[in-house]
Amino acid sequence: MTKQHANWSPYDNNGGTCVAIAGSDYCVIAADTRMSTGYSILTRDYSKIHKLADKAVLSSSGFQADVKALQKVLKSRHLVYQHQHNKQMSCPAMAQLLSNTLYFKRFFPYYAFNVLGGLDEQGKGCVFTYDAVGSYEKVGYSAQGSGSTLIMPFLDNQLKSPSPLLLPAQDAITPLSEPEAVDLVKTVFASATERDIYTGDKLEIMILKADGIRTEVMDLRKD
Amino acid sequence: MTFTIPIDNGDAVKNAEADSQRTLYPYVTGTSIVAIKYKDGVLMASDMGGSYGSTLRYKNIERVKAIGKHSLLGASGEISDFQEILRYLDELVLNDNMWDDGNSFGPKEVHNYLTRVMYNRRNKFNPLWNTLVLGGVKNGESYLGMVSMIGVSFEDNHVATGFGNHLARPILRDEWRADLSFEEGVKLLEKCMRVLLYRDRSAINKLQIAKITEEGVTVSQPYSLKTFWEFQAFHNPTAGAQGSW
Repeated sequence: MTKQHANWSPYDNNGGTCVAIAGSDYCVIAADTRMSTGYSILTRDYSKIHKLADKAVLSSSGFQADVKALQKVLKSRHLVYQHQHNKQMSCPAMAQLLSNTLYFKRFFPYYAFNVLGGLDEQGKGCVFTYDAVGSYEKVGYSAQGSGSTLIMPFLDNQLKSPSPLLLPAQDAITPLSEPEAVDLVKTVFASATERDIYTGDKLEIMILKADGIRTEVMDLRKD
Repeated sequence: MTFTIPIDNGDAVKNAEADSQRTLYPYVTGTSIVAIKYKDGVLMASDMGGSYGSTLRYKNIERVKAIGKHSLLGASGEISDFQEILRYLDELVLNDNMWDDGNSFGPKEVHNYLTRVMYNRRNKFNPLWNTLVLGGVKNGESYLGMVSMIGVSFEDNHVATGFGNHLARPILRDEWRADLSFEEGVKLLEKCMRVLLYRDRSAINKLQIAKITEEGVTVSQPYSLKTFWEFQAFHNPTAGAQGSW
């Protein structure tokens, strides 16, 4: 008797793009607000950005049900951490937790493409970029999701990060000021929206600084 | 990303029941649900058909039900799975009532519960084959959300399942406003349901519209929409192309 095959997939790609840029004393995390399935738009107003801790903000695109479950797991683990350590998790600590959480489901992965942004223990901006099974890297900037291939090369060109092979290691944090970084983010999303059908509707930008989080919203093309 | 996962329930010879435990295809299905927020709450429309493949087997299925005091649940997809979900929700509402603490589940809570149920079934490769629409009002706040069979959920001012997503949503995107009156809301939903009736093979001309406001739930009596088939082209369909068939 032949094995029966499922005629449905447990995964779907709900699209969207996430970007984060780290600065000397700030971090910008941005994502569009479109949620799609196949060639249809489900909603134009869905936030992909989720604050995990005071200094750690997660932005994820991919399969939205997995993203939501992942956010819930991290939120719950953070609560336990706060009870046990009487303090919020730092961004690098959250980065490791996210990696471990993703690898835990290595053989039935969370279909989530994550960018974690925040401030490290010295108050400098930090960005961590992930694949679906948890391999991660601290970088100066990153883009993930359906528009990432359109955005990443442009960021590489504009932010000119130093080679990771240099010794002594040079920081990949951009010398750009915060308004310049926000402007760059708006530019890349406007461009990605032109050519990526899954990116558009609205852009949500969160700017993390030592004194708090600020949110900006910008309209994108709706077609 | 698409991939099919072979379901291995162990040796099918020794373990013959295991294969029949998982949902592989839907059997009796309901078609679209269309729902909108309006001035006083939420309106939800569905037809009363249950298809068995291409046969229109059942014509009196209520696919919109009240849940607790504050919510309406509409379902498309497998009807038996919808009935199972109603049983889960019965238990949920019962336990909620037994606390007797003056609190009762609002639509947000029910939506979250259903999302978790659908997602967990998807994780076990045994989905409830439904797309659910959850609408409600609590403390003056209207809520409208949707959950798919693999656990994808979101909320919006208007939602539609199945064919409704393709045919009704564009109409709603153009004509929906936050301050729709009840009559305007019903007219808008009827416009959507009429298009679905013309173009969705599994739709039937017997629909119900349910309304939920702070006061409670009302489900209308079943009624039918006026349709127009007297286009000239339908009178003599072969006029433009004489042929042997």
